[in-house]
Amino acid sequence: MPLPADTDATTPRHLRDKYAIVGVGETTYTRGSGRTTRALGTWAIRNAMQDAGLRAADIDGMLSYSGNDSTFAPFLAGDLGIRLNFYMDVHGGGSSTEALIGIAIGVIEAGMCKCVAIFRSMNGYSQVRIGGTGARSAAPVNGDQLHSRAYGWQSAGQMFAPTFMRHMYDYGTRPEQLAMVKVVHSEHASNNPKAYYKKRYTVDDVLSSRIICKPLHLLDCCVETDNATCIIVTRAERARDLRHTSPLIRSVVGRCSKPRTDMHYQHGPISRVAGYYAKDILWPNAGLGPEDVDATGAYDAFTFTAMIQLEEYGFCKKGEGGEYVSSGITRLGGKRPNNTSGGHLCEAYTHGMNMVIENVRQLRHDVDDSCPIGPDGKRQHTFDYREGGCRQVKDIEVTCNLGWANPMTGSAMVMRRG
Amino acid sequence: MALKGDYLGMALTVDDLDIENLEYFRHCAAHDFHLQQCDDCKKLRYPPTTACPWCTCLTSTWTRVEGKGEVHSYEEVHHAIQPAFKAHTPYLVLLVDLDTQKGQPTPDEALRVVGNLTTPDGELAPPGLVKQIGIGSRLRMVFTDVAEGLSLPQWTLDETAKQPDKPWRYPQE
Repeated sequence: MPLPADTDATTPRHLRDKYAIVGVGETTYTRGSGRTTRALGTWAIRNAMQDAGLRAADIDGMLSYSGNDSTFAPFLAGDLGIRLNFYMDVHGGGSSTEALIGIAIGVIEAGMCKCVAIFRSMNGYSQVRIGGTGARSAAPVNGDQLHSRAYGWQSAGQMFAPTFMRHMYDYGTRPEQLAMVKVVHSEHASNNPKAYYKKRYTVDDVLSSRIICKPLHLLDCCVETDNATCIIVTRAERARDLRHTSPLIRSVVGRCSKPRTDMHYQHGPISRVAGYYAKDILWPNAGLGPEDVDATGAYDAFTFTAMIQLEEYGFCKKGEGGEYVSSGITRLGGKRPNNTSGGHLCEAYTHGMNMVIENVRQLRHDVDDSCPIGPDGKRQHTFDYREGGCRQVKDIEVTCNLGWANPMTGSAMVMRRG
Repeated sequence: MALKGDYLGMALTVDDLDIENLEYFRHCAAHDFHLQQCDDCKKLRYPPTTACPWCTCLTSTWTRVEGKGEVHSYEEVHHAIQPAFKAHTPYLVLLVDLDTQKGQPTPDEALRVVGNLTTPDGELAPPGLVKQIGIGSRLRMVFTDVAEGLSLPQWTLDETAKQPDKPWRYPQE
């Protein structure tokens, strides 16, 4: 049977707005959780179930990602009395969140299950250090790593730095422009009671912090924390019966990559990142463009990763990311705030989950700041963004998450208010 | 046969079945840089791979390549991850565009070979030398001998080449 003329593998427009994120949850963000990734994971999943108003019998799918530093889905499902019709634990870190949301839509669409809990559980500070020190630095070096780790080229910051340095060379991007990413996200975190770091920083604080790996100062780098996070995905019609007015998924891109994934630096320009390719899937599928987005969640493993993705996805011209992130646009109260929870630089390091969770709460118009709770159980947002105050974006309708694995691979998602 | 060697506290191993890396390092041990040249499209490639990234051809011929080029990007590591590198900070990780096949098959592509900045003897460079190198610096390949039959290609300043007046360095220095 011939396919309809408008069928295009990259544009499943018929799924636009058909799926929703109905529940989100997390553990406390801490260092030294004092429990296993299994215990952290069940805690986060249960919080997300309660947030959605779902019972164990309502969830029949599970997805997780890790780098051999977590517990597999069947154990967590068993602990919570969830019987699975589908599960999969995939290898990977940053950019997996949006990719797994896309997979969840796919398996539900295929009739394999009805409701999928996606989790990431990690003791990223107290067990397997995300910065790469400890066990990961002691492992033997073979295969492709003979051309990287053997040269003391291993941690995320070290692996990405040539891209960042070349961006400064190609476009004149300045250290003080990047520092503004940390400054702005720290302002947002100061209005987030659950953020691990709530202190507000200045540009001077960032530039005078010690160099980790030039061009990265200590405060250009994200935190390392222990935590688990969970996102529950199901069909939009099912979402209507649940607790919240759930955000709808417009478009999702998963692990879209540059050429030469064996060593992406072989194919330039090396100051270009995966968003260059991903944007051509994201925006047509969403039926929207960057100008329609009210808030972004650009993965901030480093100040640079937020900046370089925002420009690559078209929020400004290529090469003008430094100007964009230092202009005030990305600040609460600005035209298009980025990472209103404080992101990986300040709230916690979750491999991308917390930035999606934040945008879900933003789109419910019910972000968990310190504003007073009214008689209807909802916060009475003041929109006063001074330290310790509100972080709800006023009248927010559309968000965009930009997930980062490394310069060569990224994922993205557009959501709208339900 | 597998290759093994200890280098700055790391156990480097090239496995028996990893025939591409075994051949690559066999030439490096002789201080003679070779890359795979595709038997069909004749393009060189780096690092060792199991097929041609331009034409999918599975066979190639190891071909001698001149170890000269220009710094395309760099980083200066102050916080080492591997403990034994801490004694050598700051050290540079360099991406060097070889002169051979530069700008081919597209203008943005090059054989971009990784290495640290070292002395001509293959020792990690002292801080004074680290400060002299930036984007545009002209370098030549040298080798660090790790063990019998196992050497790493590295980069050192090309004393005979014309150097840029001021190689581009990170602005906050």
